[in-house]
Amino acid sequence: MRLLSVAVFLVTWWIVSALMGSAKLPPPPDVLQAMLTEARTGALFLNLGVTLARVTLSFVLAMALGTAIGYWMGRHRLADRLGDPWLIILLNLPALVVIVLAYIWAGLTEAAAIAAIAINKLPTAVVTLREGTRALDPALDEMARIFDFPRGRAFRHVVLPQLAPYIAAAARSGLALIWKIVLVAEFLGRPNGVGFEIGVAFQLFDIPLLLAYSLSFAAIVFAIETVLVQPFEARLSRWRPRAA
Amino acid sequence: MRLEVDISSKVFANAAGERDEVLRNIAFTLEPGEVGVIVGPSGCGKTTLLRILTGLDHDYQGRVSRPEHARIGMVFQEPRLLPWRSVEDNIRLAAPKVDATRLSALFAVLELSAHRSHFPGELSLGLARRVALARAIAVEPDFLVLDEPLASLDEALAARLRNQIVTLLEGRATTTLLVTHNLDDAVRLGDRLFLLSSRPATILHALPIRLPRSARSEADIGEIRNELARLNHANK
Repeated sequence: MRLLSVAVFLVTWWIVSALMGSAKLPPPPDVLQAMLTEARTGALFLNLGVTLARVTLSFVLAMALGTAIGYWMGRHRLADRLGDPWLIILLNLPALVVIVLAYIWAGLTEAAAIAAIAINKLPTAVVTLREGTRALDPALDEMARIFDFPRGRAFRHVVLPQLAPYIAAAARSGLALIWKIVLVAEFLGRPNGVGFEIGVAFQLFDIPLLLAYSLSFAAIVFAIETVLVQPFEARLSRWRPRAA
Repeated sequence: MRLEVDISSKVFANAAGERDEVLRNIAFTLEPGEVGVIVGPSGCGKTTLLRILTGLDHDYQGRVSRPEHARIGMVFQEPRLLPWRSVEDNIRLAAPKVDATRLSALFAVLELSAHRSHFPGELSLGLARRVALARAIAVEPDFLVLDEPLASLDEALAARLRNQIVTLLEGRATTTLLVTHNLDDAVRLGDRLFLLSSRPATILHALPIRLPRSARSEADIGEIRNELARLNHANK
């Protein structure tokens, strides 16, 4: 089914490129050619790798901080009151503003880029985990207290499984957001990565190169989604009775 | 474990800011190994009382004395199992020290052996209740609390589970508190019965049963139950 869907996409692309002219939308073989050239020099893999590393770092940073802050805000009313205005500001701050400010304040450095990307993802993770923490079942909390579960055991076996769907949702939406923002950050202030290469292609009007990078990147996102994210979600929900 | 209870008052403030007194002047003592039964109309505050006795609620007037580190085993009205852990894991998480032989024996008494690896979502209510009971017994509690453990089970199933509870209580003298509104359960299981009024709940009658559980004939049980029903009726 998925293959068929990809095939339909390729055919549509080919037809549209024939109609628009190959200057605006090159047909698939031209793009494949550009991809192969970049792959042969090693630039493709280097840039994809660099981008992937940035995604991983900022994702882990944002999820870890976001989960901790969200859990804290969900448990403590005072923390929630204090944190809420910050959250609203961060949630509505455009990604571009954060990235540009980070580059101005911290220079065009790797740390600035990763921090800026993580800050963009942070508030949505906090909000999702805060909701998850508020939805924790007090009945199970009481059970754990009466049976004298030590903190660690209660967190791992009582709290974490209840938060798992929220963590999965935050991870899923967070990954999608970070994929998009990482390219902007690279475009604006990094000397390598997919975003930088797309910037180069844009300046040279090299549309096959632009598409070659975009599609390789999309392929990696797709692979990570099917190989990592979906099996992880399936494993988390294996105790649930299956929907008919 | 000896339990001494002397609660003079427990008040809830509702959303409108009104004071709602739930408990008033509840005083009783359970000697080590005794089974106390609290009988009262539904909604009278029995669950509130249990929350105080198990240390979940500290906001009351009065005094509850039990050993500080008494191990508590509790069967809640709903089973309160962890849906993401198997039956066996649910029990082992609450009672990490339980050994395999004891656990198997417990599963055998409660007819749960076939369900060890099932998830709670795959169990009927009757089975889930038995798992909750197994969990409470497995911790080898000093203080066992049963909050309507037989409610909403059909008569045959309730009778079977009640017999299983009797078996488990005979095996080890555990100070136990059972809450029910079923007089029959009360008479068959208890050593000491407490009749509660409606809100604010207070103890109307305390009725010790001197015959040991195993020596009670159907005639004795009928007699005590009638006595209890008469007392209960006189309060209405």
